[in-house]
Amino acid sequence: MPIQANDMDLVARLQAGDEAAYAQLVEENAARVYRLALRMMGNEADAEDVLQETFLSAFKAIDHFEARSSVSTWLYRIASNAALMRLRRKEPEQVSVDEPIERDDGEMLPRQLFDFCCLPEDDLLREEAREEMAHAIDDLPPTLRSVFVLRDIEGLSTEETANALDLSVPAVKSRLMRARLKLRERLSAYFAQGPVIVESRNRGEA
Amino acid sequence: MSVISSHHHDHTHDHSECQRYLTSLTDYVDGDLDPALCRELETHMAACENCRVVVNTLTKTISLYRQLPAPEMPNAVKERLYAVLDLKPHTLSADEGGDPA
Repeated sequence: MPIQANDMDLVARLQAGDEAAYAQLVEENAARVYRLALRMMGNEADAEDVLQETFLSAFKAIDHFEARSSVSTWLYRIASNAALMRLRRKEPEQVSVDEPIERDDGEMLPRQLFDFCCLPEDDLLREEAREEMAHAIDDLPPTLRSVFVLRDIEGLSTEETANALDLSVPAVKSRLMRARLKLRERLSAYFAQGPVIVESRNRGEA
Repeated sequence: MSVISSHHHDHTHDHSECQRYLTSLTDYVDGDLDPALCRELETHMAACENCRVVVNTLTKTISLYRQLPAPEMPNAVKERLYAVLDLKPHTLSADEGGDPA
């Protein structure tokens, strides 16, 4: 998203130290940053830390804000960095900075070929399925998770995602592909057996 | 093509014809694939049930994630954020506090 006129105005007011502008920045973006942090961290306590860290960093860095991206993409960038740094401290082996872009194709080969598209929407989006979807995101390597969350859940364009994560467009596409194929594989396996088991269990209990 | 005639029995979906398209699939579902390659892939899919299933479930996976309800930020989290940032929540919308003062 290119920088807009109202962003320019907000940034000018922030740089002039206008407290109402700081409150506006938080008010307009906190929910979005929290959502990203929660998806990245997988728990509320870490998400809240990332949220606070993001705005503290943003307030400090506002004088260096360059109009290369929108304010919201800039905040996504700060939040993603904060989340990845925190994950790197927690699970250093999981978060490699210079992960190879392409790996062995075997990793991505589709193996689950159950066509779950035809299942009723109620089954696909029931509570337990939504939990499985959330766990599947948590289990992605963080470098793939950040790309998937920004691009496919938050709905940023490929270019905005690249900008927010300091990646090239081809790197975003490659990671997005791996993330999507992994999630597809996981959901296919789940839906291939999930609904049947749940339904019979519920019937048994009823 | 032999790969196509054998695909009904190939449940691991690992034949080379399909593998060749694997890296194009997510560009395809985003509508970003080069038109020539797109036509080639669609011709392949017309004959290959496995690839049709992969593309359909890939599209569905993305759309299910887009339909996930967005997690809400609890009010307490927001209040603590304002406190940490030393901001007065004076721009909070009316439905937040209901402070009669």
